[in-house]
This record gives sequence, C-alpha cells and structure tokens, in this order.
Amino acid sequence: MDVQIIEKVDRIINKYKKDKKDLLSILQDAQDEYGYLPRDVLVHIREKLNVSLSQIYGVVTFYNAFSLMPRGRHLIMVCTGTTCHVRGAGKLLERVEKELRIKNGETTRDLRFSLETVRCLGCCSLAPVVRIDSDTYGRVKQSEFSKILSSHE
Amino acid sequence: MSKKIASLRELDDLRKRGLKSLYPDKPRIMVGMATCGLATGGKKVFEILSKGIEKNGMDAKLIPTGCLGYCQKEPLVDVLRPGWPRIIYQQMDPEKAEKLLDNINQGNIWRENVLAKMEEDEFLIFDEKRKYPSGSEANLNNTPSYQQLPFYKKQLRIATRNCGFINPTNLAEYVARGGYYSLFKVLTQYEPEQVIEEVINSGLRGRGGAGFPTGRKWIYSRQAKGDIKYVICNADEGDPGAYMDRSILEGDPHSILEGMIIAAYAIGAREGYIYVRGEYPLAIERLKEAIHQAQDYGFLGNDILGGRFSFSINISRGAGAFVCGEETALIASIEGRQGEPRPRPPFPAQSGLWGKPSNINNVETWANIPVIIARGADWFSQIGTQRSKGTKVFSLVGKINNTGLVEVPMGITLREIIYDIGGGIPGGKKFKAVQTGGPSGGCVPSWLLNLPVDYEQLTKVGSIMGSGGMIVIDEDTCVVDLARYFLSFLQDESCGKCTSCREGIGWMLEILTRITHGKGEEGDIELLKQIAEVVKNASLCGLGKTAPNSVLTTFLYFRDEYEAHIKDKQCPARVCRDLITYIINEEKCTGCMRCAKECPQEAIVGERRKPHRIMQKKCIKCGICYETCKFDAIKVE
Amino acid sequence: MVKIVIDGKEVEVEEGLSVLELAEKIGVKIPTLCYHPAVSAYGACRVCIVEVIEKGLSKLTTSCTCPVESGIEVKTNSEKVKKTRKLIVEILLARCPDARIIQDLAKQVGVEKTRAPQKNENCILCGLCMRICREIIGVDAIGFANRGHKRKVTTPFEIQSDVCLGCGACAFVCPTGAIKIEDVEDKRKIDMWHTELAKVKCERCGRYFFPESAVEHVKRKSLQDIDGFLKLCPDCRKRVLANKLVCGW
Repeated sequence: MDVQIIEKVDRIINKYKKDKKDLLSILQDAQDEYGYLPRDVLVHIREKLNVSLSQIYGVVTFYNAFSLMPRGRHLIMVCTGTTCHVRGAGKLLERVEKELRIKNGETTRDLRFSLETVRCLGCCSLAPVVRIDSDTYGRVKQSEFSKILSSHE
Repeated sequence: MSKKIASLRELDDLRKRGLKSLYPDKPRIMVGMATCGLATGGKKVFEILSKGIEKNGMDAKLIPTGCLGYCQKEPLVDVLRPGWPRIIYQQMDPEKAEKLLDNINQGNIWRENVLAKMEEDEFLIFDEKRKYPSGSEANLNNTPSYQQLPFYKKQLRIATRNCGFINPTNLAEYVARGGYYSLFKVLTQYEPEQVIEEVINSGLRGRGGAGFPTGRKWIYSRQAKGDIKYVICNADEGDPGAYMDRSILEGDPHSILEGMIIAAYAIGAREGYIYVRGEYPLAIERLKEAIHQAQDYGFLGNDILGGRFSFSINISRGAGAFVCGEETALIASIEGRQGEPRPRPPFPAQSGLWGKPSNINNVETWANIPVIIARGADWFSQIGTQRSKGTKVFSLVGKINNTGLVEVPMGITLREIIYDIGGGIPGGKKFKAVQTGGPSGGCVPSWLLNLPVDYEQLTKVGSIMGSGGMIVIDEDTCVVDLARYFLSFLQDESCGKCTSCREGIGWMLEILTRITHGKGEEGDIELLKQIAEVVKNASLCGLGKTAPNSVLTTFLYFRDEYEAHIKDKQCPARVCRDLITYIINEEKCTGCMRCAKECPQEAIVGERRKPHRIMQKKCIKCGICYETCKFDAIKVE
Repeated sequence: MVKIVIDGKEVEVEEGLSVLELAEKIGVKIPTLCYHPAVSAYGACRVCIVEVIEKGLSKLTTSCTCPVESGIEVKTNSEKVKKTRKLIVEILLARCPDARIIQDLAKQVGVEKTRAPQKNENCILCGLCMRICREIIGVDAIGFANRGHKRKVTTPFEIQSDVCLGCGACAFVCPTGAIKIEDVEDKRKIDMWHTELAKVKCERCGRYFFPESAVEHVKRKSLQDIDGFLKLCPDCRKRVLANKLVCGW
C-alpha cells in the first residue's frame, strides 16, 4: 500500500491515541480525508487498532456517512424531510435522477456528481431544498434543475 | 495568566465584560448565522456588512448570532446603537445590507425591511429586564414591538433564551445573561441530592420525546453503584422537519454544557459525552469551541470553579443513522459499534456506556436546567399544565405562513400555535391536520384544534409530543401518502435486528404502496391493523414500537381518505400519482407552448395560440407543466 | 433468590437467570430460533416472546433477554402471546419458505399460509453464526453488514475471508441450514462466505480431512504439544491412540 496513505491513516489513528473505542471518529476522519473509505485503509486500521475487519466492515456499511466507493466531485443532496416531501421533493428527486441518469446513492460515471437524499437540512421555510456541496438552493422547481447543475463543474 | 474563575467576584467581572460586549458604546450589528440564516444568504449579508464597515472605517461590532426562531424572515439583522432603539431587520440581502450601513454611517435609522423594534431585553436567569430607548423621538411609534409581534407574543423562551441574542462563541456574553451562575450556585450552596430534588420538584420531563421525569432519571443514576458514571447529551436530532436542538446547539452551546455539569455533580459523574448528528457540522464546531472556552475559564476540567469537582466533556459525532437517537443505540455508537439497540432492562441508568451507569438527556432538557436552578422549581412548575411543566420548543413547518422555531408554555392550544403564532395556512388553503412527533407520531385533525398541547393531551388523541416537530398539512396533502412516507423512512432507518420491525414495516409499506397506486384491496385496513399491533408490541426498541403510529392515527381520523383510495381508487388530495390526471383547461390555455417545451415526456401537443392537450398515455404525472403554466390552465383531478 | 409467578405458578429461583432459562428449568416450553445456550442471548427473532406484567403494566418481551426480577408475573402462552407469535411466524415463513425449522414452527403455532410478501431467503438473520464465531471460536470472521431490510451476514467486502478457519461451527449452529459447507477433494468451500480453504492431508491415510487454517488455530490455542495428532485425520487418530493404549506404541 502507498506509503503516503499509510502515513495519513497513521496520523489519524494516532490523533485518537490508537484507542479502538474511537473507531467511528477514525473512520469519519478517514472518510473526510479521502472522500470514501478505500479497502486498504480499512485493512490498515484493522491492523493498527486490533479490531476485526468484520466489525469495521459492519460499521462502515451500517452508517450513511461512510462510502466504500469513490464519490463525485460534487455532492448533490436532495432534502426529503417531511416539509420538503409535502412540497414535492419526491418529484424533484425523480427529475434529478433522470437528469443525471443515476439513482439515489450513486455517482455519475464521469465522477462529477454524487446523489444522496438527506432528511432535513433545517431550511423548511425554503422547501423543497437541494444542497450541492455548500450551496443551498431553495424553492427549487423541477424545470430549473439543469440550470442549477450547470454552475457546478 | 490563568483565566480560571474561582470566585463570585471573578464571575461578576466576567459578566461585566460580557455586558460591555452586549451593549457596547458603538453600533452592534448581529446577523443570524445559524443554519437557517446561512441557507437564506446570511453569509453574504455578513460579508457585505464586514466589507462595508472596513471600507468606511466604521467603528462598529459585527456579530454572528443564532436563530431567533423566525426562520421565515431570515436573514435577520439586529442593530443596536447606543441611545437608539434596537431594531431587527428582516429578509436582508447584500443590497439592502449596504443601504443599512449607509444609514448607520449617516446617523439615521433605516426604515425599510423592519421586522420589529426591541423595547426590552429579558435576562431570565436574573429575572431582570433591560430597557432600550423607546424611539419616540425617532418616530418609531408605529413600528411593532418584538414582544408584541403575533409570532412572539405567546412565546416564552426558556430553552432558547439566548438564541439570537448572543454571539455563541463569546463565553462572556453567555455569562452576561446569567450563564454559569447556576453552576456556581450549585457548587457552592447545594448538595447533590438537593440539586436532584429541585429538578424533581420542577416537574421537568425529558424533551427528547419520551417525556420521562428528568429528576427521577437522575436519582436512578445517582443510586446506581459504581465510581465511574457518565452524563450524555442526545443531540442526534433525527426527526425530519425538527431542528430545535440544532438551533440551541448553534446559538447557545454553553447552556447545554452548564446543564450537563450540574447533572454530573448531582449524580457523581466525571466524564460526559455529547453525541451530535454528523449532519450538523456547525453545531459540532460551536460545541467544540464552547468546550475549549469553558475549560479555559475553569467551568470544565479539574477543580471546577476552584472547587473539588472535576468533569470533562467529549464530543461524539454521529455517522448518519436515525436509530442512534434511541439511547441504547446511541451508546453502542459511542462505543464504536453498529447502532443496534439493546434490550432493557438493564436500563442505561444502571448499565449504559461501557456497562457503567449513564444518564442520557436531550439537548432541550439540558438547556432548561440552568434556569430551573436559578429561578427555582416553584417558578418553573407554575408554567405549563398539571403534568407537563415548563415550555416546549416546536419546529413549526409545512403549510404555514410563519415557518420557524417557537417556544411556548405547555397547555397552549394548537389553534393558538397555528393561527396566532403561525399566521395560518398560506394560499387560503384549508387546514387539514398537524403532524406531531415525527415518524413516531401522528396527525391531529382540524376539529381538535382547541387541544391544549402537552404530553398527556397529545397521547390521548393518538399522537405523541415527540421531539417537537410540528408539520402543518393542508387539503393538498394526502395522509395515506404521508403515512407511507414515514414508513418508508423508518424502513430505511431500522437497524434490522428484530424480525417484527425489519419485516413488519416492510409488509405494512408494501400494502400502503399498493393502496397509493390504486391497487388497494378489501381487508387491507384490517390487515394493516393486525401487523401494526405486532410491530408495536413485539419490537425491541422505540423505533419499531412507534413505527405503526403514523398509519394507526391516520386511520383514526382519516378513514374516509383510505377508503377513497381503496374502494374508489381516488386520491382526494390529488397527490397519489396513479390516481390523478393532469388536464389542460382549454378555456384558460393561451397556447403559449411553455408547458410543451418543459414536458420531459413530450406528452403535450398543440399549436401556438391554440389550446394544448396532454396525451395521458405518455404523461408521467411529474407536475412540471403545472409548475410552469403561468395561466393556471392546468388542473389536477 | 427471587420469587416470580409464571403461568399462574409461584416459583422461587436463584438470581441471574433469564425467563427463558427459568422456563426450561421448570419444564415450560417456549419456542426459540435465535437462542443457543452456548452464546449470549440476542433477542432478534422475537419468537420466544412472553407477556410480562409488572406494577400492573403488561408488555411483551423476549424471554431470552428478560431477566427474572422479583415481583414480575410471566405468561408464556396468553392470547396476546399466541396471536403475536403467530404473525411473527407468518412473517418468517414468507421470508424463508423453504426452511424446515420455520415450516415446523408454523405447524406448531397454527400458521397454514402466509399473507406477507414472499421472499426467497434462507437466512433469518438470527446472528447465531456470527455470535459463535465471535464468542466461542474467537475469530470474528463474519458479521452483520448494512442496515434494516438490507441487513445480511457476510464476510468483509463479501469476498474470501482472510481469517475464516473453515471450522464449520457456523453451519453447525445455523437453525435453517442456510450455511452450506462443501468438501471437495482438497478444498473446503463455504459459498455463503465466498471462502475456499485448503485442507490438510492425513499423514497416515492420505485423506484431506480438515482446513489447514483450523488446524493451525487449534495448534495455537492448545496447551500441549499435539502437533503429531493434528497431522492425522480423526479416524487415524483413533487407531493410533488405540494402538498406543493396547500395544504401547
């Protein structure tokens, strides 16, 4: 495995004093660092923390925050909270899926966009809400969506 | 030099510094920078103001603040100038911000976009009020006063007392408004048992949803055997549509720390955890800062306030699992495992985090503690109803004019919340119901509007208080679809351990989905009820046990809507796609062709200036044409 | 000692038992699926539910995880229990229609057909395989992945495990027989774990008898030097041992 990767992961693990109870925090930092969790990174964490790979894999696949696949450059989050739902988030999501030709949870082939749904961004007065990276778009109409996409290379 | 506070005098000194910061001798401009403020453009407003202040060489303080609750009107900008009345501006944008600055620079009061003037500031902890200049000279008599605004008039802000009033990253401002005085009082005047007694007598009940008497929980933790105990804050606010906790975490993080430190003293814990939802990065940042500051000043760490009590707090970041709001799943998550709930008994108070006695409370519960200690159990217990004391923060969202966060005394009626505070239903639509308690809750229909809101009353009508989400729905919302939405959510979020929840919810969802697609069958409702009973009774944790609620309560009040779907294959609210048709009203259609262009299925035919027609076979009911038409020529039947 | 009432009978028993263990002790039969005395109780299948009445409040709970506490009243076969268990079995039957143990249980509780959506699984997610691998074998080769209705038991990344011993304890304890172990010549294959392991050849008869990784594991854990025996298949071991006892060599 890449020496650089090993060093980076070691730094993260050492930050938490190699304590296996901080497994989730370690995984989150690694996820933040790489945008996803490469298998090698998880194997290395298993070695350093002396936690079974089963437990690590179980945790990684249980929580939404972790991804085993690389994510796109831009993360599109369609809010499907209750308010957004009653204001048409379902239809909006379908439109987005059609536009990008991927389903919720997937990444476009060119690795430009990843699509996820999120329950409640807390901007209910602007429902339906879509967030792309750190930009929040409110009162989004289905027909406006292509235009919003084009501003994210 | 040590900043650590070890005496009342030092605390008072810190308070004085905070007061100077809150009421400086120069303009103080606060911009709402909680997540709702940021989402509506608060950041840009802040930046423009910042640049403007610098460019003009103005001597002014620009402060980010938390959520005042009136999210509908964000971004909010609050301007305080010595000698002038305090004015809150609404729906600001960069252009308006520049105009505001110009006026301040010229010594004028800008009169556009005014939401309200603030006549007095209330310091709840000290039971003090601080008046601002009235502004009669400035001819602001017609400007509504903040306390008189319909949105705020019936509110009583205890848990959210500081949100929107302080810079959440300035500990001195927290102290200025009474922060950490309760902790000081407890450590110098109370025995641990006295603290617990005060909390019991206040009648405070857990604000996370279950409503368990807080003081009693603390007793169990205190009585549990062992040297190592934990105090935990459940900040995994997962109900979609509920963001009360987030606003307190972002706007007043110290209130939670203070509450937890007081509890740690009362039950004998030396370490605490705040488990925050991963989707709240700003809240996590604010908490981290607050913990550092509290440590610097000696409110956390060893020998707190110069005494012999020590307590430290760690932050645990959630990783995206609604079930981790359940206390035993939350504990499993802190331990680095999957968020799988555990059977109880044993309860966390006896055996929680790493098998040690752990006291878990919700964010809003913690925020109430300093006030209860300061003002006393008697004062607190006079607010609210007989069995539900104090206030509750609700997120009032959905089909309502004034979307936002409101804190009201228990016992206020739904009618007052929805019409007086909320301003009623937009668009002249008919109010249908209010959904409370998130996915675990239920719908309270319009004919129960006079219901006083408290734990017992909501349970009596078949719903629950829950964490405080209050979603208003109108005639355009289909309750069958809403029930299906909640079940779908819970199916995704179930941990999958127990058969009844994992498979039972799936079964109910399958039936509901059939019904919304017009394939409902005779006997479906009875079958749903049978499955609901089993899921409710046989599931391991709260998620499973309350999963059937959305279905059961909508049955109770909207049986006819279900029957319409099943028997008549109709959706009265015109939502369920397979049961509706989009039709162009030929009389209103101007033939502009806009809808035809936007239609993703190319299902609209028609020539320019001639009425168009939708080809039903191609129509996928996406509603884009309905959104696009400017002539209201598209009907949904 | 604690006193409780179970099915109308007053019983006194030592502390620390679960209601299920108590029932077993006094001869009351409660059906189970995910329970096994060798591993910790889990409470996943919900088949062993009983009604527990405490301080006037009644609730259903799994007897395998419910501790016997003073003052509770337990009903192992009330109408509520029967009705609930019946639907749970209906659900399980729809999930694993071909599992013999589920079919038998269905007959036992009076379920003839199931109204739940048909699936074609073999695994009921009881977690016995995982618990035995973790708690008894100590290898932790398999575990629960994903969440909710997507939950499954599998190896990390659903590929060949690098720690699986091939000991077969998981298949032994699986109630539905979902885990199939295939011994083909010199290999042991466990399809469910995507794992194929090389077996050790008996020095005496040449038969491939047990996965190498399992043999190594036993060697590591053993306190004595039994290296000699581990190179023999069980049959040859018996013969060699018998010879030693009888003839001294």
